[in-house]
Amino acid sequence: MGSMVGAAVVRKEDPALLTGRGTYVDDIRLSGTVHMAYVRSYLAHARILSIDTAEAAAMPGVLGVWTHDDLPGLPPNRSVPGMERPCLATGKVHFVGECVAVVVATDRYLAADAAEAVLVEYEELPVMATVEAALAEGAAPILDGLPSNVALEQVLSATDAEEELAAAPHRLSIRLKNQRCAAVPMEPTVCLSDWQSSGLTMYATTQTPHHMRNEIAASFGLSQQEVRVIAPDVGGGFGAKASSYPEFLLTAELSKRLRRPVKYVETRSENMTSMVHGRAQWHEVEVGFDDDGTLLALRVRITQDCGGWPDATGIGLPTLTSFMAGGCYHIPVIAPSFRSVVTNTTPVGSYRGAGRPEASFMIERVVDQVAAELGLDPLDVRRRNFVQPGEMPFATQFEGIVYDEADFPACLDKLLEHVDYEALRTEQAGLRGDPDGPLLGIGFSTFVEMGGFGPTPLFEQFGYVGGWESANVRLNVDGSAVIKVGTSPHGQGHQTAFAQIVADELQIDFERITLIHGDTATVQEGIGTMGSRGVPVGGSAVMKAAIKVRTKALRIAAHMLEADENDVELVDGVFTVKGTAQSVTMGEVAVRAFKPHLLPEGFDLGLDETAFHEPTNLSYPSGAHCCVVEIDRGTGKVRIRRYVAVDDCGTVINPLMAKGQIHGGVAQGIAQALMEEVTYSGDGQPGAGTLVDYTLPSALDLPHYETDHVVTRTSFNPLGAKGLGESGATAAPQAVVNAVVDALSHLGVRDVEMPCTPQKVWRILAEKAS
Amino acid sequence: MSHHKVRITVNGTATEDEVESRLLLVHYLRETRQLTGTHVGCDTSNCGACTVMLNGRTVKSCTVLTVAADEAEVLTIEGLAADGELSPVQEGFRQCHGLQCGYCTPGMVMAATGLLLERESPDEQEIREGIEGNLCRCTGYDMIVDSVRWAADHGGAGEAATAHADGRI
Repeated sequence: MGSMVGAAVVRKEDPALLTGRGTYVDDIRLSGTVHMAYVRSYLAHARILSIDTAEAAAMPGVLGVWTHDDLPGLPPNRSVPGMERPCLATGKVHFVGECVAVVVATDRYLAADAAEAVLVEYEELPVMATVEAALAEGAAPILDGLPSNVALEQVLSATDAEEELAAAPHRLSIRLKNQRCAAVPMEPTVCLSDWQSSGLTMYATTQTPHHMRNEIAASFGLSQQEVRVIAPDVGGGFGAKASSYPEFLLTAELSKRLRRPVKYVETRSENMTSMVHGRAQWHEVEVGFDDDGTLLALRVRITQDCGGWPDATGIGLPTLTSFMAGGCYHIPVIAPSFRSVVTNTTPVGSYRGAGRPEASFMIERVVDQVAAELGLDPLDVRRRNFVQPGEMPFATQFEGIVYDEADFPACLDKLLEHVDYEALRTEQAGLRGDPDGPLLGIGFSTFVEMGGFGPTPLFEQFGYVGGWESANVRLNVDGSAVIKVGTSPHGQGHQTAFAQIVADELQIDFERITLIHGDTATVQEGIGTMGSRGVPVGGSAVMKAAIKVRTKALRIAAHMLEADENDVELVDGVFTVKGTAQSVTMGEVAVRAFKPHLLPEGFDLGLDETAFHEPTNLSYPSGAHCCVVEIDRGTGKVRIRRYVAVDDCGTVINPLMAKGQIHGGVAQGIAQALMEEVTYSGDGQPGAGTLVDYTLPSALDLPHYETDHVVTRTSFNPLGAKGLGESGATAAPQAVVNAVVDALSHLGVRDVEMPCTPQKVWRILAEKAS
Repeated sequence: MSHHKVRITVNGTATEDEVESRLLLVHYLRETRQLTGTHVGCDTSNCGACTVMLNGRTVKSCTVLTVAADEAEVLTIEGLAADGELSPVQEGFRQCHGLQCGYCTPGMVMAATGLLLERESPDEQEIREGIEGNLCRCTGYDMIVDSVRWAADHGGAGEAATAHADGRI
């Protein structure tokens, strides 16, 4: 039997999803369901003077209208301690889109009608839509109870590195912006709550059903067994569905009050201001280096715009950025610090990569600028500073941040097998002299990020009960298998990947393995799917549970064969006494597991084992990407001619799905580099409140991707897998921006701020021409 | 709000329903006809998750009023694999991993099917242009392009879509 791990099998998930038989939350129909709609703030900062609900309450089909004052005892949304966000605004609103009141009606059209009829009287307050405005002298704190708009400030090193920077032969000051982006999963937030006397069942678009269950139970004072959270098919998440939203608690509360199921379906326009945004960091960098490009010291001051209500996950992200500031390089002293600033904008949380892309963008732009300053090739500067494979595991200066097995130089070498760098440089030089030709740019990104989140002490800081994952593997009487796992996928293909792992461990047919996930009533325990932890942590738990089943099955087989356990081996799905023809199949063992009279006395029946996997550390996926761009001199439009990605995610479970993860991540990274940005006007009005304004890329905006792998197994988990979901989004922005800047470098351009839109690039070209 | 009687054939089955004037076709399909394979991903007709075929042409069903579809023939994702076999486009998406979360997929499959009805063997650029009105946040589109190519090489739009376009159902 060939190994299933590593095989490019097509997905188990797909037949249902391809025939319209998937089950997303809005597809679920419960008898008597009523629909909730929000009244949202259209102002970014204002005091609420009055809310008149009378007209709305009298409209056809309306069951009620509620404001914060009408729901005494309703717990706040998941929040940073001391900055609890009420589900409905109390006293004032902090950003456009904040929930002010809710309407419930028998039909979603009627609920929307009634929400329009609620009259809210506001007194406008000064709007601080940028960190500059929020930090200005005399700026009033947006959040009541805070002394200023700085929600959190931390220094993560013992030194500010000034001594080393001052002593360095060269020093550069660089300011970088990692703009605010929107995750835009194609399915917005949806939830359906059904509160009955026996407890609450909630169907929700979430990456973390068990975590939600724990929090909702605690919020309402219920025991965990009274709360069942189900994440059925979930239409993308990208980190933003790991946050909590007021509608989860509101639909539950209103279902309790109305004694009917209550459903909420967010519109896309609501989603653009309600779902957490990502990134929104500014970096003030000081770097010291030698004549040959050796990096000597790095200071990074991070300013995060955390929006109108700090998100419990979002506020932790600059810590991850700080930890990863050194990238894949030896830098003797790194001095990161950050401050998170409250502004009158949508809260900022996780978005694919969550803190690591910001670090990787920063250090990769810094390396390119160091090379430009010294007139060196950016690849030479990278090679000079790489942490070498022989130094792995590599302890960074940050406690607990230890890079696992990796080979950064090998990734770059493999990348250059795909890219004829010298020929490109020759072509670039030629095109620079051709006024009718495009400008050619070549950009590189050699990156390392974090995957496989845990371990528990780290995850506790984000409010989770643990950093482990759990799995159960059970053999039925007929030898088919059911897996239950605590990770909850939203496109990653866990059904397929985890069945591949179990097929190998138990040597049973892949087609006879099913996965159950995303339901707290049927899956023993779980944390969720985020931080590239599905395969490295969830998959490792699955592997361990399968090994426990195999171990027990072998004991039964030995009993059946009247042999010593040490003499029995499992080969091609058959237990054999070594060196003999005596054998029993896994199917026969499965039947025997349920026959007490044919087993040793007192033997536990069944083949049903649960295992937890607690990662000893994070894993560190890495790689080398190259982007080749052509810039149209007349329009400033950047066209990607080639995008080549070499990734080291350790063990690859399914090459087809790995390719999909890289493509998707790279696509989001390219879009950040060239197209996407959530903007606000000075008075806090969103410039990207719909998909008309927010430039989500289409098939015409994105290129063909070339992918390859270097496989360095991690020793930090039994699968040897590091995770891959966030690598593309972490690696791509700087590969693209480095290419854009490279294309313009002969004009003296050292930086182009993201997104590198045609307008921005054209202006640079026009300015340089004059 | 006034109501109107409509008779609409969806995947070969005609029903008569009384609908509000403002009811969008996508909500008619999802709520009245209980065909939840057609999805809603935006409210500005940008995303294409709601794409279906209406009288032989692909439309975004969020931009069609149900009353405007009176007496029309509609083909949705549920009708593509009418005989239980995946259509070539559906199979192409499966073989080439043209979907991840699956939310945009029904609309994307319908758009690709519509493209293959118009053009038997589109090249990469034509495929990208053909699905430009459908947004996917998971795949980065490259494997969707592969999927459509696969379908073009393995039977094209498929029997149900071809019959729908010919007015045979």
